[in-house]
Amino acid sequence: MTQILVQSLSGLASAASLFLVAAGLTVIFGVTRIVNFAHGSLYMLGAYIAYSLVTWLPRGHFPFWGGVLAAALAVGLIGVVVEVLVLRRIYKAPELFQLLATFGVVLVVQDVALAVWGAQDLLGPRAPGLRGAVDVMGERFPLYDLVLIAIGGAILLLLWLLFQRSRFGVLVRAATADREMLGALGVNQRRLFTGVFFLGSALAGLAGALQLPRESVNLHMDMAIISEAFVVVVVGGLGSLPGAALAALLIGQMQAFGIVLFPRITLVLVFLVMAVVLVLRPYGLMGRANAAAIVLPPEPPLRALSPKGRAVALAALLLAIALPPFLGDYALVVLSELAIAVLFAASLHFIMGPGGMASFGHAAYFGAGAYAAALLVKHFAAPMELGLLAAPFAAGLLGLVFGWFCVRLSGVYAAMLTLAFAQIAWSTAFQWVEVTGGDNGILGVWPSAWAVPKLAYAYLSLALCLGGALLLRRAIFAPLGYAMRAQRDSPLRAEAIGIDAFRVRWLAFAIAAGFAGLAGAVFAFGKGSVFPTAMAIPRSVDALLMVLLGGVQTVMGPLIGALAYTGLHEQLLRVTQFWRAALGAIIIGLVLFFPRGLAGMGPRA
Amino acid sequence: MLHVEALHAHYGRAHILHGVTLTVHAGQVHVLLGRNGAGKSTTMKAIMGLVPPSAGRVEFLGQDITGREPFEIARAGLGYVPEERRIFAELTVEENLETGRQKPRPGLRPWSVERVYELFPSLVAMRRRPGGRMSGGEQQMLTIGRSLMGNPQLIMLDEPSEGLAPVIVERMAAAIRVLKAEGLSVLLSEQNLFLAQAVSDRASIIERGQIRWTGSMAALMADTAARQAYLSV
Repeated sequence: MTQILVQSLSGLASAASLFLVAAGLTVIFGVTRIVNFAHGSLYMLGAYIAYSLVTWLPRGHFPFWGGVLAAALAVGLIGVVVEVLVLRRIYKAPELFQLLATFGVVLVVQDVALAVWGAQDLLGPRAPGLRGAVDVMGERFPLYDLVLIAIGGAILLLLWLLFQRSRFGVLVRAATADREMLGALGVNQRRLFTGVFFLGSALAGLAGALQLPRESVNLHMDMAIISEAFVVVVVGGLGSLPGAALAALLIGQMQAFGIVLFPRITLVLVFLVMAVVLVLRPYGLMGRANAAAIVLPPEPPLRALSPKGRAVALAALLLAIALPPFLGDYALVVLSELAIAVLFAASLHFIMGPGGMASFGHAAYFGAGAYAAALLVKHFAAPMELGLLAAPFAAGLLGLVFGWFCVRLSGVYAAMLTLAFAQIAWSTAFQWVEVTGGDNGILGVWPSAWAVPKLAYAYLSLALCLGGALLLRRAIFAPLGYAMRAQRDSPLRAEAIGIDAFRVRWLAFAIAAGFAGLAGAVFAFGKGSVFPTAMAIPRSVDALLMVLLGGVQTVMGPLIGALAYTGLHEQLLRVTQFWRAALGAIIIGLVLFFPRGLAGMGPRA
Repeated sequence: MLHVEALHAHYGRAHILHGVTLTVHAGQVHVLLGRNGAGKSTTMKAIMGLVPPSAGRVEFLGQDITGREPFEIARAGLGYVPEERRIFAELTVEENLETGRQKPRPGLRPWSVERVYELFPSLVAMRRRPGGRMSGGEQQMLTIGRSLMGNPQLIMLDEPSEGLAPVIVERMAAAIRVLKAEGLSVLLSEQNLFLAQAVSDRASIIERGQIRWTGSMAALMADTAARQAYLSV
């Protein structure tokens, strides 16, 4: 009994910090309709800035809490800078571009933090006077966690008062419902957005600063907290503050008890809850449908390549076939990676472009293929050929299962649900150490003897990946492709002429997953190993970047995007230690200046 | 007071307004009549900046407001009451009124929540009720009150009688007369000739995005041919 009480108290303590982060995220989304990936980075900056302030100031109550508060305010101002410099310019851009731009901010902040505070974990001082533990019915419970619970409750109350009793709060709630009408009533949205960003960012900064006495400050805090905050916000309903509070409580308790009852699957559990909630209540516990509605202009029809374009494509293909014998080992490896990138990008493009669906978790299927092949090799001593054959089916099967949930939703919710499923896949690979080796990965995944020479493997990659990409391209101009575009452009009319939109989307999702899996398997044998990073968020973002770079609604887009992105990545790695910041800046620049992607600049191919 | 010159507007690729020219004089009620889809709502949205005009000019109180942002146009003294009313459903009546509140305008008696209640006494009883749980007529009163809170000098009412019972329409007519007596100018769009006739000084008829007829309300009532040509269904 006491055990349960203490567990639920510790659940409340994590709920308190989760709520602070999620409240900011959900309010920002409600008003600006932007899902701010960089919200986790603001949390991390809060912790770092608090660390610097608190260690620099003399010891004592006032300097400690003053430092925490100052860190929160500083992060609020940083949020305003981000809003004014980046987000203000993209409020009308498609939501995936907004997500990507904020991910660019994540990358920049990571390198800034690395440059300022270094790579090592920093251990901050404990809160003065709150070092010990208290006695809760015979069990010891950290005093600081009790204070954290109280702070969480106090902030909830203050926010409630702010939203119910102040003009600012009324305007924020009105903007969440219909910001255009609010503008027509004379309210300056820009000022409101900036105010909301300050509030939300300061809350994230406060949450980060408050973690100082609990855990070390490190460069992974941003990604860890943002996926949890996404879950809380989506479960609670995007834009709903009470929803965020409720979901934070739910997730906090789940984590506290999950770690006791199911220690091996705590990560999976959280994302599973999110998936279940989204299937039962697609807009979250307290969300509204209008929060997710987006209307895109209809896309002009895709055209097959012109004779000239066809000639260029053919020449490029011939070059790729003729070149390898003249290349060195390193160039051959790069060539093989390029081919993998092209197929990976083409598979995501297949559902995003013609299918009109968003996926923020495409790495799950890439990783599924890679792990399927590696597990066959490791546990059943299967040859490479069998691994390559099985991988697309394994990934396709996973795509069928996950897709069954994901393709029902659209817009931000679909992006979040695909992200959640990818995190489930990632957590499984990460936590199921007996089978997957966990963080140590699976080593010794080598190709068969004939494919070991780099030249042979380069040709094998080219054949499989370009062949796969061509098949996908063929499917876009096949009846399935027409049905996909029909349901994308006009769901009602498509339904009326007998197209089962759900089945078309589902099938397309599984096919895309299968081809991503093939790319993953080729990747695994090329590297000789598989790690959970094959399924992690950055890899999903890689795929998105390649597709968006190339332009979503162009057939040649994924090819151009994959080549440009892989090339860029290689170059950045070579010239600067801060390649993340450089990449982030480039992403932001691309979203700001070329919202149609690189291939979209010219005539549509 | 409000002068619209050769205004063009598009929705996506659809060309809706083909050069609308219209003048609303100070202190008058001007009605914009026309069938469904003729361009009444789009004219108002283009004036308000909600649909950016693709060509033409909007002048308000001698200022060129073409292409300004909606919030600036509202602050210049133009109130807009949309056809769909667009009440904030989760906000209470009083909070809805608060969203419209702007600074008082020199020389004008400032609007307050109390003054809105004077104009629409039935709102008093539901000041704490969420806007989403009101009847159509009550919502129409609230949305007009909300725009008045911005102390406009001209208010645009887009089909205020739509979907309302005749009794409520009469109450709307009374309210419009009160506003006119206060010195407010009104641009009204209507399909309901009864309401138009009851309150308007001047009328314009719009068809396929162009003004086809302009004159006094009395002249329109005398011109059976024009009414037949442009308004009868």
